[in-house]
Amino acid sequence: MGIPYYYSFRNLWTRRLTTILTASGMALVVFVFAATLMLAEGLRRTLVETGSWDNVVVIRKSAVSEVQSGVERLQAAIVETQPEVAIGADGRPLLAKEMMVLINLPKRGSDKPANVIIRGIGPSSLALRPQVSLKEGRMPRSGSAEVIAGASIAKRFKGGGLGETLHFGMRNWTVVGVFDAGSTGFSSEIWGDADQLMQAFRRPVYSSVLFKLRDPGSFTVVKQRIESDPRLTLEAKRETRYYLDQSEAMAKFLSILGIALTVTFSLGAIIGAMITMYAAVANRIVEIGTLRALGFNKRSILGAFILESLFLGLLGGVIGLFLASFMQLITISTMNWQSFAELAFSFSMTFAIAWKSLVFSLVMGFVGGVLPAFRAARMNIVDALRSS
Amino acid sequence: MRSEAAEGRTVIVSIEGLSKSYRRGNQIIPVLQDVSFTIAEGEFLALMGPSGSGKSTLLNLIAGIDKVDTGSILVGGADITSLSEAELASWRAIHVGFIFQFYNLMPVLTAFENVELPLLLTGLGRKERREHVEMVLNVVGLADRMDHYPSQLSGGQQQRVAIARAIVTDPEILVADEPTGDLDRASAEDVLTLMDNLVHEFGKTIIMVTHDPRAAEKAHLIRHLEKGFLSQ
Ligand SMILES: Nc1ncnc2c1ncn2[C@@H]1O[C@H](COP(=O)(O)OP(=O)(O)OP(=O)(O)O)[C@@H](O)[C@H]1O
Ligand SMILES: [Mg+2]
Repeated sequence: MGIPYYYSFRNLWTRRLTTILTASGMALVVFVFAATLMLAEGLRRTLVETGSWDNVVVIRKSAVSEVQSGVERLQAAIVETQPEVAIGADGRPLLAKEMMVLINLPKRGSDKPANVIIRGIGPSSLALRPQVSLKEGRMPRSGSAEVIAGASIAKRFKGGGLGETLHFGMRNWTVVGVFDAGSTGFSSEIWGDADQLMQAFRRPVYSSVLFKLRDPGSFTVVKQRIESDPRLTLEAKRETRYYLDQSEAMAKFLSILGIALTVTFSLGAIIGAMITMYAAVANRIVEIGTLRALGFNKRSILGAFILESLFLGLLGGVIGLFLASFMQLITISTMNWQSFAELAFSFSMTFAIAWKSLVFSLVMGFVGGVLPAFRAARMNIVDALRSS
Repeated sequence: MRSEAAEGRTVIVSIEGLSKSYRRGNQIIPVLQDVSFTIAEGEFLALMGPSGSGKSTLLNLIAGIDKVDTGSILVGGADITSLSEAELASWRAIHVGFIFQFYNLMPVLTAFENVELPLLLTGLGRKERREHVEMVLNVVGLADRMDHYPSQLSGGQQQRVAIARAIVTDPEILVADEPTGDLDRASAEDVLTLMDNLVHEFGKTIIMVTHDPRAAEKAHLIRHLEKGFLSQ
């Protein structure tokens, strides 16, 4: 048995002020670390919830999103005939040929323009998206200049509310309904009849075809058939995968930002911990000499000081996590970098993030404590005892 | 010298041709020069001499916390100068008890925990450790203070806790470097009486460095160090 853990622990308690100050530095870093992970997780969650596992999105090969994609009418018709497409209660295939454009609309209050997604939908579009439901009003009639707006659009954009009028595509559009899409990306979209919108925007092609699988397991088969058909230059993805891919750039950006911030900050925190631990060693030279004289070996001394530093890191980690957990109350609205439309999401804490943060704080504690601990362990016994 | 110390009793410490010097920059300071003597088991020996004469150095060498230049030190028949650093640490844990001038208790540990420390290096279980600690705290008369921290104890009490820590593993020799140097007369008297008891009742061997003639009086035998040479 080595030096008991409570020796390390009580020494931290004895110099509480220094301990708290040093741990605060680490807490700040853990906070930034956890918050970035929570942001990436929140983004991922929003985007994954946007899609359904048994839905398939068909877009042009190598197009990352619907905005860059084009699906010709003939190609869409071929996709429609695939036997794996589920059939709805009304006997029609659960499939929607959709068109998507990105436009600028002025916001309420500030009049500042922001990007908005306009989605041309088909009769099955709503049925294909169980996370979307009409909250107020009714669905647009086909062949009319009517649209429905996502809740977030209705709230934040001029003319987006129920009964109001939006102007785009050189026409006026009446908002006849508001739909609720939870925290998914659809909340920031405007939906109208696909044919009407394609005319208004002079677009001859669809952007995507979305359909539900009759059997979720048949995805590989239909993907294979669509992608190898020489008439089609299309690509099929599960809807969940499709939205995850869209978040990739943002997730990458967030993780680079997170790493850059965390590394810079953690250098400071580690140096702080190192200074504290060097001071702790300097204040306890006689104690160290005594422990060695009593028969504790170098490894015990090393262990005791590293443990002390690990406790310090853990304390910082717990404080940082505690603070970061409050970030869950905040909702962030930002650009979706792929579609350049507004996207609202929140920080989301998971068990994995919590333990990653704690491991990270322990690593900081270890790195900060290892050099001072080695100094303590390598001290000459007689010199240490003479320094009283 | 040897015959006098031995006098029919078992020799516990045997020092032969011991030399030690320190290096300060490129200057070599000889501290001990060709020191030879023996200490009998159950001896209470006082080492005296002027400041800087090498008393502490000699004590540290016998206790196995410093390295000799030349010569040998046999404690209980084993040559400790041939042990590696790790072996020496284990050896000290079993065979030597330390008593310091400034007690050197861990301020964050209670009296009980301080005394228990050396036992953590033995294979003893929790219950046995508690028994041992309570027993030695009784011996030094501080059983009622075992939950006190050093800062809550007087100097004399702290030194008695330190003595309890030194004897808890039942080592053969106790080394004490000016154990009364920081105590008032009454406390010093208590500590010396206690040490005397350890020799008489428990058969310990004590090697004590001291400047205090009153302390030396308690010892059976006084040796003088003078500029690195041993005299009577
Ligand atoms: N680690 C060291 N490095 C350099 N010199 C040392 C060291 N330890 C002791 N010395 C020198 O060795 C000599 C003897 O020291 P030592 O501590 O043994 O003396 P002492 O007899 O115990 O003196 P005091 O009565 O003052 O405690 C002194 O001159 C001291 O300066
Ligand atoms: Mg000395």
